[in-house]
Amino acid sequence: MNLYAVRAIYSFEMARTFRTMLQSIASPVISTALYFVVFGSAIGSRMTMIDGVPYGVFIVPGLIMLTVMMQSVANASFGIYFPKFLGTIYEPLSAPISPWEIVIGYVGAATTKSIMIGLIILAVSFLFVPVTIAHPVLMLCFLTLTAISFSLLGFILGIWARSFEQLNLVPMLILTPLVFLGGSFYSIDMLPPVWQTVTLFNPAVYLISGFRWAFFDTADVSIALSLLAIGVFSAICFAVISWMFATGYRLKN
Amino acid sequence: MPPIIDVQHLIKSYAGGGFALDDVSVEIESGEILALLGPNGAGKTTLISIICGLTRITEGTVSVGGFDVVKDYRKTRALIGLVPQELMLEPFETVFETVSLSRGLFGCKPNKSYIESVLSQLSLLDKKDAQMKELSGGMKRRVLIAKALSHEPKILFLDEPTAGVDVELRRDMWNVVTELKQRGVTIVLTTHYIEEAEEIADRVAVINGGKILLIEEKDKLMKRLGTKQLRIELQAPITTLPDSLSDVDVQRADDGMSLIYHYDVKAERTGITSLLSKLASEGIVLRDLQTYQSSLEDIFVGLVTEENK
Repeated sequence: MNLYAVRAIYSFEMARTFRTMLQSIASPVISTALYFVVFGSAIGSRMTMIDGVPYGVFIVPGLIMLTVMMQSVANASFGIYFPKFLGTIYEPLSAPISPWEIVIGYVGAATTKSIMIGLIILAVSFLFVPVTIAHPVLMLCFLTLTAISFSLLGFILGIWARSFEQLNLVPMLILTPLVFLGGSFYSIDMLPPVWQTVTLFNPAVYLISGFRWAFFDTADVSIALSLLAIGVFSAICFAVISWMFATGYRLKN
Repeated sequence: MPPIIDVQHLIKSYAGGGFALDDVSVEIESGEILALLGPNGAGKTTLISIICGLTRITEGTVSVGGFDVVKDYRKTRALIGLVPQELMLEPFETVFETVSLSRGLFGCKPNKSYIESVLSQLSLLDKKDAQMKELSGGMKRRVLIAKALSHEPKILFLDEPTAGVDVELRRDMWNVVTELKQRGVTIVLTTHYIEEAEEIADRVAVINGGKILLIEEKDKLMKRLGTKQLRIELQAPITTLPDSLSDVDVQRADDGMSLIYHYDVKAERTGITSLLSKLASEGIVLRDLQTYQSSLEDIFVGLVTEENK
């Protein structure tokens, strides 16, 4: 394994993150604070408890997941699309480095950044509501697995996209609805029965539910099912990336 | 010694039809400078891209340092440094960071002093903390060369390296190339400036329409294909050529003030002595003599035009 190459890509991408630290962190922190003010305080104060948890606290895992999923896709897709756009992708493609080492470098950096932002949001939430975490280690596992799987999705998107418009299209048209309708702000028990069934086809439901379980020990779907969903989602992403590299899809003539 | 780059019956075709490379075979010797000449779209960049692993092979084999570029890509790519034609760089990165990234990508341990020595050789050391967007086009070209040299490659590809660069950079670049050659680095360059190939290359390959038209030592090529021209300036103009010169390939020029004689350098007899004695016996007084050898450019244009007919 070309460890120096993986390290070089990872450090180069992380340096970009640290250089733009203020934008990278200020924006998710401000939007999260707004969610807490609007949903947690203004609306939440008029709502009853959900699964025995005050609404302001209930939305914390969903908010973290919402941001982590969106950030993972955005970071990883930009990370690989930008060198493609500039043409600098010629270098990793002509270097003695395997496709999976390229993936580890780019997806690793995107994952790290998303986890950092997720943890910062968690820290911010302590300022607004009294959050408790029932299973801290599993919470970190869920956070990491979600960041990795969505970064893989972002990587696929970055290779697929031929323009900045396309790069924004998938997050805007597909990801945002899936994540918003995945139970970030509500328990799926609160939906009419038909929509509860429809919602079960949304992969985000399983991730958010599992993550929420790590906080409150209660979940919409079983924890095993949540883990299976992350596993299947990641496996699909791995398969697509393998196919992309094997065929040189939008990377090589 | 086996060739360091061995391309055999290489074909690159596109799904939509047409060939970028059509049965190309080239053997590049270790330590030589090979100039790859050809018009736009001839297949120069495709050939380089395949050797570097950027483009997939349709048919044929390519080996570098005795290893197959597909099966043993880690070994072959580690030997190669590539300076691409376009100025492709991340605008917000510094010179030092971007060159360090290249070194890492090629599997080398970070080495600050080596990178600084490369930057210094390319007159970039004082710019090492500057961002790419602050640099001029020529400086960016230097950075691309520094990136290619960052992992101490055995083979360097320069794809149109002097397109749009100033005289100073061209001179610096050829100094670097000469130094690399002395260290035993094999250099393959494509260029539109044929005089550069003429000046610097050991061998020249002419490629057109995806085919190698010829590959030969530059000096031999010049001798083989070069015709020479003798220009004889006269003391007084002549209105017609004397009958004694009717069987000689000589023409009047400059309203009879000069004569132009074409001869073959590889021929056993050039015919110059007999021409001069005939002129003397006709009483024609000479003022000056000049010879002119066809340049590589003349040869190149001749070959490509012939191929296109």
